[in-house]
Amino acid sequence: MTERIVIVGAGTGGIVLANNLAEELATEIDAGDIEVQLVNDGEDHVYKPTWLYVPFGEKTLADATRPLVDLVDDRIDLTIDRVDGVDTDDKTVSLAGAGVDESYDHLVLAMGAQVTPEETPGLAEGGHHFYGPEGAAALRDELAEFTEGHLVVSVVGVPHMCPVAPLEFALMADAWFRDRGLREDVDITYTYPIGRAHGIESVAEWAGPLMDDRDVEVETFFNAERVDPDTKTIHTVEGRELDYDLLVAIPPHDGSDLVREAGLGDDGWVDVDPNTLEARGADDVYALGDVADLPTSKAGSAAHYAAGALADRLASIARGERPTAEYDGKTVCFIESGTDEATYIAFDYEESPTPKPPSKLIHWSKLGYNRSYWLTARGVL
Amino acid sequence: MSETDERADVTVDAVGSSCPGPLMDLIGKMKSVESGTVVELLSSNEGTEKDLTEWTEQSGHELVDIVDHGDHQSYYVRKR
Ligand SMILES: Cc1cc2nc3c(=O)[nH]c(=O)nc-3n(C[C@H](O)[C@H](O)[C@H](O)COP(=O)(O)OP(=O)(O)OC[C@H]3O[C@@H](n4cnc5c(N)ncnc54)[C@H](O)[C@@H]3O)c2cc1C
Repeated sequence: MTERIVIVGAGTGGIVLANNLAEELATEIDAGDIEVQLVNDGEDHVYKPTWLYVPFGEKTLADATRPLVDLVDDRIDLTIDRVDGVDTDDKTVSLAGAGVDESYDHLVLAMGAQVTPEETPGLAEGGHHFYGPEGAAALRDELAEFTEGHLVVSVVGVPHMCPVAPLEFALMADAWFRDRGLREDVDITYTYPIGRAHGIESVAEWAGPLMDDRDVEVETFFNAERVDPDTKTIHTVEGRELDYDLLVAIPPHDGSDLVREAGLGDDGWVDVDPNTLEARGADDVYALGDVADLPTSKAGSAAHYAAGALADRLASIARGERPTAEYDGKTVCFIESGTDEATYIAFDYEESPTPKPPSKLIHWSKLGYNRSYWLTARGVL
Repeated sequence: MSETDERADVTVDAVGSSCPGPLMDLIGKMKSVESGTVVELLSSNEGTEKDLTEWTEQSGHELVDIVDHGDHQSYYVRKR
């Protein structure tokens, strides 16, 4: 009997997993003993970190995408369709377009996170974001016209994709306006929901003085309750008001209705064992990347390392061996701290991160990584 | 049932979440409730008391009571 592994979502986690499985299980797949199906609701793979550079005109939206067929191993059955139901009793997923149910022996959910600006009244109308292609392009046009006034970078939702992207955006905006000789005419404020500049303590300690140096105002315990697009004011749960001319918000995030409906996690994130990535709510179901409720950041690197460990586990299970590989929470995030320098943090479930002093070398490494990312997606790196 | 229990209109269960999860869950709920509502936050995280005390001091919402259940705490906060 053929063992079927179905992966839902061909983002960073899903594609690295599929390509690793193709390599590890090549013999079994060629013999017809194992099938790996990768289902994605669009034809392209999207590398979301590119969107950070789009507003500053440094990258285009096209730079963020590649056709999946060019990236996914031929041994994988690539299906372009949307999964609109998961039945963990029958062990099937339903494909919305084809209108069929596909059975699985092992299911991996890797649907990523969704942004939901509409959850905060007025935010979609009054604010911009760089957390999606349309948002990043609209913000690019807005920034190009913006020559003076108050730029507010506000973290509305936590957790969100890439823990450091909001800090990066504020620091890049500072450098970008300086480079263009406009910084004196632009005030920049960065807001964060809790009592420090960042959720990770060492990053907050590093960022505080840096923001001071760059003349970026930091407002903490700042939780946007609603935005008034007419008066350009943010009203917070804390009873404060902040006026802006241009609002760049990190929108609230949501997991997936599929997860809620399948009883795999009440809040849309799959409740999993953080080391084995096995769902707690059903047998033979795993979750990977942003959709998994893991005690690490929603970062591509976390999805990538977790995919490596899960590929090893699934390959062992499919071969009838005992799985031993585990994900230890490894996450690496580069942090742009201007337009030509960067730092990075590396951490896992045990170790807390410490940012290194920013340098041009690390900035070039981040740009280099962004280019070589397509090799990661192909499973080469 | 103590007096405080009766006063809780809504409960947010964040037991097992790490920092700043519990505070964020509470703040998320505070966005959607009416002024005067008492929200009970369940948390087992050590940092919650400090975070929450600071947040309520800054925001003017009232930390009405803290009840220790051994393995977790209930924090009662009234929206101003
Ligand atoms: C602006 C920005 C900057 C970032 N910068 C960094 C960075 O510098 N470093 C870093 O490590 N991370 C960064 N990240 C985070 C990183 O992009 C994500 O953590 C990563 O993409 C998560 O991978 P994933 O596989 O879980 O989900 P995704 O890459 O989001 O992929 C999910 C896939 O599932 C598909 N899908 C969803 N639902 C369904 C369905 N029902 N049926 C079929 N398919 C479905 C989606 O279309 C998508 O293709 C950044 C993110 C953003 C937005």
